[in-house]
Amino acid sequence: MTVQTELANVTPSKLSVGEISKRFESKRRVVQALDRVSLDVAEGEFVCLLGPSGCGKSTLLNIIAGLDSADSGTLLCDGKPVSGPGRDRMVMFQEHALFPWLDVMDNLLFGLKLKPGLSNTEREEVARFYLRLVGLEKFAHANIHELSGGMKQRVALARALAPNPRILLMDEPFAALDALTREQLYGDIQRIWQERKKTIIFVTHNVREAVCLGDRVVLFSPHPGRIAEQFRVDLPRPRDINSVTLAQLSTQITKALKGHLGGQEEVGE
Amino acid sequence: MKRFLSAAAFFAGLVVLWEVLVRLHLWSPVLVPSPLTVGQYLLGAIEDGTLLDASAVTLKRLLFGYLFGIVLGLPLGLLTARFKVCQDTLGLLALGLQTLPSVCWVPLALIWFGQSESAMFFVVVMGTLWSVVIATDNGVRSIPPIYARAARTMGSKGLHTWVKVMLPAALPFIVSGMKQGWAFAWRSLMAAEIYVTILTGFGLGHLLHYGRELNAMEQVIGVMLVIVVIGLLADKVMFSPWERFLHRRWGTQGK
Repeated sequence: MTVQTELANVTPSKLSVGEISKRFESKRRVVQALDRVSLDVAEGEFVCLLGPSGCGKSTLLNIIAGLDSADSGTLLCDGKPVSGPGRDRMVMFQEHALFPWLDVMDNLLFGLKLKPGLSNTEREEVARFYLRLVGLEKFAHANIHELSGGMKQRVALARALAPNPRILLMDEPFAALDALTREQLYGDIQRIWQERKKTIIFVTHNVREAVCLGDRVVLFSPHPGRIAEQFRVDLPRPRDINSVTLAQLSTQITKALKGHLGGQEEVGE
Repeated sequence: MKRFLSAAAFFAGLVVLWEVLVRLHLWSPVLVPSPLTVGQYLLGAIEDGTLLDASAVTLKRLLFGYLFGIVLGLPLGLLTARFKVCQDTLGLLALGLQTLPSVCWVPLALIWFGQSESAMFFVVVMGTLWSVVIATDNGVRSIPPIYARAARTMGSKGLHTWVKVMLPAALPFIVSGMKQGWAFAWRSLMAAEIYVTILTGFGLGHLLHYGRELNAMEQVIGVMLVIVVIGLLADKVMFSPWERFLHRRWGTQGK
């Protein structure tokens, strides 16, 4: 395999979640994290899962990632059942989860080295390509602790993209960043999504973030975790989080969210 | 350079203070020899080779026992961290035995192995092993679970995860465990050498012991100094580079 074919865009996957349920049991109580949740995601679609904490959106993401298993229901990726993690579905976590004992380059190479069919020099070339994509080619040999929070998440993004997955799963990846850095990353992630043609499932509790990024916003309600409502977002891209139309739609979705919650819980806008 | 100078000045000051106290004749020179006589003993012992031979014998015993303790302790620590049943059995044993001062192994080693190299080896291994087991166990337990999850999504599993993720992630703990193991090994070997008289090798502990038998205080103090210096050197040569590397990578200490 050459670097060129390795870097070529792969067709994004379609995903089908059918009636998935998941319970967590502890000694004190039982939590129904997901209750017969069904969701279809089209090839190359950018879907945001939105809801307050405890509504099961992260649980669903973990099940799609193969890190958790559902109690019941079906999960099909391109028509094939998902069992366990796979390189076709890469995850970006809220904490950057980069390995501090490796430098930036070796962090990117970690997943690439587990991918067969490439020589080591080809792997390095691939890693450099993704570092360039996130604008950090100058930091190939920096230590992780030397990077700012935003840079760490960029490296984490590059690491998740490097094995060329067909689906990118993002679990509140920008929640711990300051507003300015976050806005830059909204731009980056939209650009990269369009360039690299991925199906993206993005978990967030921030309404504006969801509206800014998603083709579709899927609203979750907690106890038990269910899909309450869905919104299609047809605003032109690239979207600016500060635009008025975006703010209007956000307000509308926030109202819907509050309605589903019965006004008990706080939601960030 | 400045740090070196301040250290040199400090130790020179200590020697001067020592010399002054000796000259005041507060104690008999048999009990407190002057730095000069200790220096003379050390020079003599270096020239006739006793000191270097003894150091070589001691270090060889130490290294063998220590390395064996680590090679055995690392996997045992991984086991206790990984399997609940190992934690409840082996882990508890390690915790208990670690609190046992290593000199307490000497009588048992003498009865089991006699006055032999095996007895020495046994005591050093017992001194090292348990602290390495516990450090490795602690190290693996304090790894954020997110590392293993991230590795799994990238296709890592089983042995690969242990070697490429868990071990390096636990490295800061393992290195401090190895350092502690070294300190324990060093202490236990000295205890063993003082107690166990054997003919197969004359170590620093023996030199110390015979210094006492002969009432040669300059020898006792001289050998103690050598033991301190070897301990310091081992720390600087064996562990400092590792620790510097870890601090640089993890960003855990000031520049």
